Amino acid sequence: MGVGHIKVGTASSRFAAWIASGFILVAIFLPFVAGRSLLQDLFFIFSMLVLTQWWNLLAGYGGLVSVGQQAFVGIGAYAMFGSVILGNVDPVVSILIAGFAAFVLSVPTAFLAFRLHGAYFAIGTWVIAEVMRLGVAQWKAVGGGTGTSLPRSATRDMWFVDGISVLFDVKTSAARDILAYWLSLFLMVTTIAVIYWFLRTRRGLALFAVRDNSQAAQSVGINDFISKLIVYFMAAFGTGLAGGLIYLQKARISPDSAFSVLDWTAYVIFIVVIGGIGTLEGPIVGVLVFFLLQSLLSDFGSWYLMTLGVIGIAVMLFAPKGLWGLFTERTGMELFPTRRQLVIPEKET
Amino acid sequence: MLKLVKMCKSFGAVCVADEISFEVSKGQALGVIGPNGAGKSTLFNLITGNLPPDRGYIGFEEQDITRLPPMKRVRMGIGRSFQIPQPFHRMTVFENLMVAAAFGRGLSEAEVIDDCVSILEQTEMVPRANVLAGQLSLLERKRLELARALATEPKLLLLDEIAGGLTEGECQKLIATIRGIHRTGVTIVWIEHVLHALTSVVDRLLVLDFGRVIGIGDPMSIMASKEVKEIYLGIDV
Repeated sequence: MGVGHIKVGTASSRFAAWIASGFILVAIFLPFVAGRSLLQDLFFIFSMLVLTQWWNLLAGYGGLVSVGQQAFVGIGAYAMFGSVILGNVDPVVSILIAGFAAFVLSVPTAFLAFRLHGAYFAIGTWVIAEVMRLGVAQWKAVGGGTGTSLPRSATRDMWFVDGISVLFDVKTSAARDILAYWLSLFLMVTTIAVIYWFLRTRRGLALFAVRDNSQAAQSVGINDFISKLIVYFMAAFGTGLAGGLIYLQKARISPDSAFSVLDWTAYVIFIVVIGGIGTLEGPIVGVLVFFLLQSLLSDFGSWYLMTLGVIGIAVMLFAPKGLWGLFTERTGMELFPTRRQLVIPEKET
Repeated sequence: MLKLVKMCKSFGAVCVADEISFEVSKGQALGVIGPNGAGKSTLFNLITGNLPPDRGYIGFEEQDITRLPPMKRVRMGIGRSFQIPQPFHRMTVFENLMVAAAFGRGLSEAEVIDDCVSILEQTEMVPRANVLAGQLSLLERKRLELARALATEPKLLLLDEIAGGLTEGECQKLIATIRGIHRTGVTIVWIEHVLHALTSVVDRLLVLDFGRVIGIGDPMSIMASKEVKEIYLGIDV
């Protein structure tokens, strides 16, 4: 039939797939042996990983450097709170509502932000997020500017919580942490799987072309606007889901925390940059480093932030491709390869 | 096949296309010459839609394409190579072709593999298929420009100084490749400073100066005309 075929996988990626399956299996059963604080730490790592993967898709692959992803975390979180408090929806279901709310919001914001390019786009997204924060602060039903908590009845009667508390023989508060942990694990794994799948589709290939040279991409028939729009919508939806989940676990919300540029964008950018922008592996490495730094240094207050800043600058200067980039340059290893390699069976011409 | 009527484009006070009108019929090869800054690349950008015209009309295969965006024109069959090669540098040579073929023709990746392989063969790039485009030599980049344009399966191929900067031997090989493409029925418009390369392929020459067409016709008589010698070759006659 054909004269050649495409190969994407490599030896290291097949190895990585085995390791990943093993890891997921262990992670699923971890609550049976692990204590509550470890699960909370892992929840933090997984949910940050979701946020960083989406930001990385947006900025690292799509070239859309957004400083306003907190808009989608915040709107997702508030959509979750709103649907629980006002609509009596189960919190687990309301996480989905959070994703859809963020997606719906991303349509008009795309209309505004896509008129801007480069640095102007970044500032524009930030401004949009600030406007959202100020707007939500006016919403009295969910606590206005001071915020509110999830009603006890809602968190106690949440789906699965009863079952988990019986199964593990723990209090409902601990059962809620286990549920949140499982949800974050599920969301993290699906996020990486969906992004990896997307990068290997035809649209993903177009995204690489637009990233490398948008003028040339247009001249081979790629609609660069559509490519970027798809990525923007996907990232909004995923970030909204994460926002809903994070605030389900926190069970307390305020506009300043839900729309925090530091927590949901600055840290996210830091993680992606030190890990390696434009790779799926980078955010994974980055989030682990970030977690380590945070647990070692967060007691030192402003020294902690200054250390993060210094590390960020050092990595940008000496390893602009991040820690993973440094590693992959030395070893040539890729855990999530996207390169379409041409294999011509007979003898090469 | 391609028809331009009174195309105009200015950047501020500088007029880079001044009432340009000409036609190219199917299967022809037209060469475009003119001094630096005469508006040759601008002319291509107008034809591909990368630049919007101020006034005028462009038709392609009897259809008005004056307002169509670049991607639609590619789908209709207008392929182009850039003067300064613009490869997708973090993608491999093969991926460069595949993305062009898939999106230029509206097909899936699997459907275009075979065609991409034969274009690699035609442009002698098979051994470099899995190399990153950013690591190619100048000749290879030029070949990639050509190959990528071909991958979109153009009916009209616009070549922008594809032979510039090559050695004589490399140039001869490239000419042979372009001749081969022309023989398959592809219409060609080719901007070039390397005159002997141009005249060995094209049937007509168009001379641009200050955004104006100052001559169009068969290469011999164009090159012999006094006006062209004065303006283009800088010779006092």
